[in-house]
Amino acid sequence: MRLFALRWFALTVLFLAVCHTASVAQSAFATATLVHKKAPEFVRPDLEHKRLDLKTYRGKVVLLNFWATWCAPCQVEMPTFVAWQNKYGQHGLQVIGISMDDDPALARGASDKLKLNYPVAMGDVKLGDLYGGVLGLPMTFLIDRHGKIQAKYQGETDLDKMEIHLQSVLSSR
Amino acid sequence: MKSTRIHQLALTAGMATLALLFGSLQCQAQYIPTSGTGSALSIPQAQLIQPDALNHLLQTKGTEKPLLLQVGSHLLFDEAHIPGSVYAGAGSQPTGLQQLQSTVATLSKKKAIVLYCGCCPWNRCPNLGPAFKQLHDMGFTNVKVLYLADNLGTDWVAKGYPVERSH
Repeated sequence: MRLFALRWFALTVLFLAVCHTASVAQSAFATATLVHKKAPEFVRPDLEHKRLDLKTYRGKVVLLNFWATWCAPCQVEMPTFVAWQNKYGQHGLQVIGISMDDDPALARGASDKLKLNYPVAMGDVKLGDLYGGVLGLPMTFLIDRHGKIQAKYQGETDLDKMEIHLQSVLSSR
Repeated sequence: MKSTRIHQLALTAGMATLALLFGSLQCQAQYIPTSGTGSALSIPQAQLIQPDALNHLLQTKGTEKPLLLQVGSHLLFDEAHIPGSVYAGAGSQPTGLQQLQSTVATLSKKKAIVLYCGCCPWNRCPNLGPAFKQLHDMGFTNVKVLYLADNLGTDWVAKGYPVERSH
């Protein structure tokens, strides 16, 4: 009898735990971490109508930056990404921007204004989902030469720390 | 044999209980507004509603639900939004404010409305301040603004509060 009661208790608690986990998982696309996993591949036309295929950058370190013109912290960090592209491009860095603007014209305007020296493509729900849900900007992924995500930065980020991490990933083969 | 099974069941129940407790603790994080400058910071503190309070309000049966208006990015709205909410245009854009105006044009000025965005950190949000001012200038007297410290993903979705998608 005791064993029977304990079994039902265990099953009930387990059922509740699974239900609770499922309710959180219902929205888990925003919390699932991609760090140390292979960066999801995608192919998009960039703002210059050239083909942007993430896997063609294998062998380079990629800084994949989701941004938008309405995102003030994005505007703060993007000039730094331009400087890093200049500084570290010869060492294998490739910055890629993904604009989450609703209107490509806004992204083009910002790209011209900020003199972006790296490719920018328009994002959408599908691409956002691939990267775990882009539900807040800025969001940046540091991808190593093997196509594996080494870090994810969200919100206002300490760019000095990001640069140190970037240098570390650039130095590993 | 019987003792081993009892131990196995007890272990399973214990692990499940821990999972429940851990999950509950994760959902109880609180966010407190900070000071500084920025358009969203122009919104009076008394007009803010915290995520847990809004979620509780939405989940409570028998209470009148406010009209939820997302005034940020349409793309982010398509990715995830609070169930029942309506996209009302980006508050930082003149066209967005026009859309907001037409969305609420026929409503009573006493209608309970909750604005939210969650595009970026609160003190950097370009949409909420103008949207709140628009409704205030139109004479709406029962407007609250959802305080999302970092963004919708961190302060709403990751807490396990309900969301729905446009696609």
